[in-house]
Amino acid sequence: MQRIKTPFNFILPTMSKDIIVKKGLNINLVGDASKTLEISKNSKYYSLYPDDFHGVFPKLTIKVDQKVKAGDVLFFDKNNEEVKFVSPVSGKITEIQRGERRRIVSIKILADKKIEYKNLGKLDAKADKNKIIDYFLNSGLWPFIKQRPYDVIADHKISPKSIFISGFSSAPLSADLDFISKGYEDKIQTAINFLSKLTKGEIHMSVRKNSNSELSNLNNITIHNVSGPHPSGNVGTLINKVSPVNKGEVVWTISLQDLILIGSVIESGKFSAERIIALVGSSIENPRYIKTIIGSQISKILDKGIQDNNRIISGNVLTGKQISIKGNLDYYSNTVSVIPEGNDYDLFGWTRPIFDKISTSRALTFSWLFPNKKFSLNTNTNGEHRAFVITGAYEKVFPLDIYPMRILKACMYKDLEEMEALGMYEVAPEDFALTEFICISKQPHQEIIRKGLDLMKKELG
Amino acid sequence: MGIKLSLHQLKEKFKGNMFAPAFNAFHTFLYTPNDVTKGGTHIKAADDLKRTMNMVILSLVPCLLFGIFNAGYQHYAAVDLANGIIREASFLGNFITLENFLLGSTKVLPLVIVSYVVGLTVEFIFAVIKGHEVEEGYLVTGMLVPLIVPVDLPLWMLAVAVIFGVIIGKEVFGGTGMNILNPALTIRAFLFFAYPTWMSGDKVWVHQAVERTGTAEAISGETILGMHAQNIPIEIYDLSDMFIGFIPGSVGETSKILIILGALFLIFTKIGSWRIMLSTIAGALFMGLIFNQVVDLGWITETSKFYGLMSVPFWEHLLIGSILFGAVFMATDPVTAAQTLKGKWIYGFLIGFISIMIRVFNPAYPEGVFLAILLMNVFAPTIDHYVIQSNIKNRLNRIKIKIS
Repeated sequence: MQRIKTPFNFILPTMSKDIIVKKGLNINLVGDASKTLEISKNSKYYSLYPDDFHGVFPKLTIKVDQKVKAGDVLFFDKNNEEVKFVSPVSGKITEIQRGERRRIVSIKILADKKIEYKNLGKLDAKADKNKIIDYFLNSGLWPFIKQRPYDVIADHKISPKSIFISGFSSAPLSADLDFISKGYEDKIQTAINFLSKLTKGEIHMSVRKNSNSELSNLNNITIHNVSGPHPSGNVGTLINKVSPVNKGEVVWTISLQDLILIGSVIESGKFSAERIIALVGSSIENPRYIKTIIGSQISKILDKGIQDNNRIISGNVLTGKQISIKGNLDYYSNTVSVIPEGNDYDLFGWTRPIFDKISTSRALTFSWLFPNKKFSLNTNTNGEHRAFVITGAYEKVFPLDIYPMRILKACMYKDLEEMEALGMYEVAPEDFALTEFICISKQPHQEIIRKGLDLMKKELG
Repeated sequence: MGIKLSLHQLKEKFKGNMFAPAFNAFHTFLYTPNDVTKGGTHIKAADDLKRTMNMVILSLVPCLLFGIFNAGYQHYAAVDLANGIIREASFLGNFITLENFLLGSTKVLPLVIVSYVVGLTVEFIFAVIKGHEVEEGYLVTGMLVPLIVPVDLPLWMLAVAVIFGVIIGKEVFGGTGMNILNPALTIRAFLFFAYPTWMSGDKVWVHQAVERTGTAEAISGETILGMHAQNIPIEIYDLSDMFIGFIPGSVGETSKILIILGALFLIFTKIGSWRIMLSTIAGALFMGLIFNQVVDLGWITETSKFYGLMSVPFWEHLLIGSILFGAVFMATDPVTAAQTLKGKWIYGFLIGFISIMIRVFNPAYPEGVFLAILLMNVFAPTIDHYVIQSNIKNRLNRIKIKIS
């Protein structure tokens, strides 16, 4: 919020909603998607991974060989039975893969040639809050609403103080949200109109300042013009700058591509799990956008001839999940990144001058000389895991009003009181992706935060 | 290619073996490992702890080289002085000479070798016992220790002190990253309190000054600081000697210009905290200024034993003793310093302030920098606690504002 001095020396807040993010780091990588859209080949099989839904204990409602339509319930959450998860396509369940202690790893569906949809009914514009929530729960839309604290699927019994949506992405090689939402503005508006009835507060959306984003024209929503380096596009940054989560409060977050899906289900009554994803990374010959369906086989999305020694990531290179070439697109991602593996030794890699990797120091690392250069990074850790040593570096890439190293250490020694006091209710693992990227001790920051959040949820609710 | 492959096969063979940490320490010295990211970010920045520590070592190399020549130079200068010849130091004329280098290196290099061999052996043993990798912390400590001791320190004393410092100062707390006290200064403190006659006084700072005491060939081994403390006027050294470092003192901390160059390198590479360096110097200047005022106001007269050091112009304090070396290389140790930005300002300022206070008031030993840093090491967590408390209070206030 800007403040202007009046002639009477009163300080008045203006209504301009500009947010300037100063701390952060743009990671420029080779392999950004060109703005062309391609329709992907149809997958033969679709898979759902219950692990995509953190903290959910799946209880199946289908059996192997059973026929399902798109929108039919596959499983619900044992801890919260109203939250249902539906099939993205129609077809036959062919396999339920289980891991240790009979944990469900994946549900595999042999898709029909032509997708049949379950009729979910349309949502009446006058529907009240309870009706909307019921519709979301029964149509498989609820899992797209996440909450903070804890960064899990929202609890439908608690009304949020406000809802946050990020309208642009600043992470390396991530989908351009303006591009993937082009032509779907009415669907986004539909979703927003119904969601606004679920909160007493406002719906906040960030757009990049001076980007002329079409999203700025949405109604029923507060637009914030955000400038600055990554993580300016993270929803966690928006929350922290607009209205940080206090103890006892809940906010919801929804990603833009999921708003499109929600809007189209509400308008059509069909669970059409279509999604535009960005296929990116230095190992992709022709990075571009592809229209596909949640749960599609990755091999149908990728070009032929992806070499063995590459890593396929469902999501972006900072927060995504590694998947095998036989794996499937996860439930939430709008990006598939492919980068080379870094499983090779580097002679005197710890002391020789480095020109081809990104660094925030100048310790014979020269990326500071080339601020606009695009790098091709691989998955090498560039060093071994060590105890926390260096101080003051994380703060330079971490824009939230939180002491990053303190909160990480509090999570490591599991001091619940300290975690709470330092701001754990406000954060999600992805907020610590940049500090993890630059960490010279190669500590797993996101995992530490995830475990800390899980512990708090278990102990404090 | 051959070496890379055979080392890789050896590594696989050693995996899980108790000597794996020892082997890996050598292996990773040659090659950055082939580890790939698992979970979390799939890419990582270029820097690791080895690189960071290596930069600190690089910044110390000029001080070490200068220290070698200076050890020789000070000895021959003191011999000349005993014979009534006052040397005028000249860098290329009588400083960078083979004679100085030969004498200096036979005294200084053994200190470096003992420091590294003994310290790293202790680290290896602990790595094997605890089954973790050998961490790089000692690479810097091992370099700092020989630079902050007198040149004639017996090697066995150094070895005992290093063992004590690494075990008690670091390993009992959990190793690198967990210690409360700066390990190099813990080693120095041990030496100082266990063997005071070898660590202080007017003889130990020049090679052979102790040996020759009482003989016809006796030479002086006094530092400028010691002369001030005894109210002896400084005649043979001028300001440029102090700045360039042609003065007696601990091995590597006499050359102010090289320390400043090291500081600039550390700040440029973003490894050293300029906040701590700057605030330490500010604290020292502030305390020096107070003492100058006390002298100017006439509260202290020339008969006082504090007069000599109190009347030193406040800025000259930076040129004598080890305040600058401490500010740049010791106070900035990230593990033992304050960790918050605000905390670093307070921590540094107090180090400088207390250093000069101890320097002036300590009758037995006129240098207080190492004691001041160790003291503030102990208080650094407290400083951070109060800085972070304000962040926590802001968070609580947010709720209060809502309720009211």
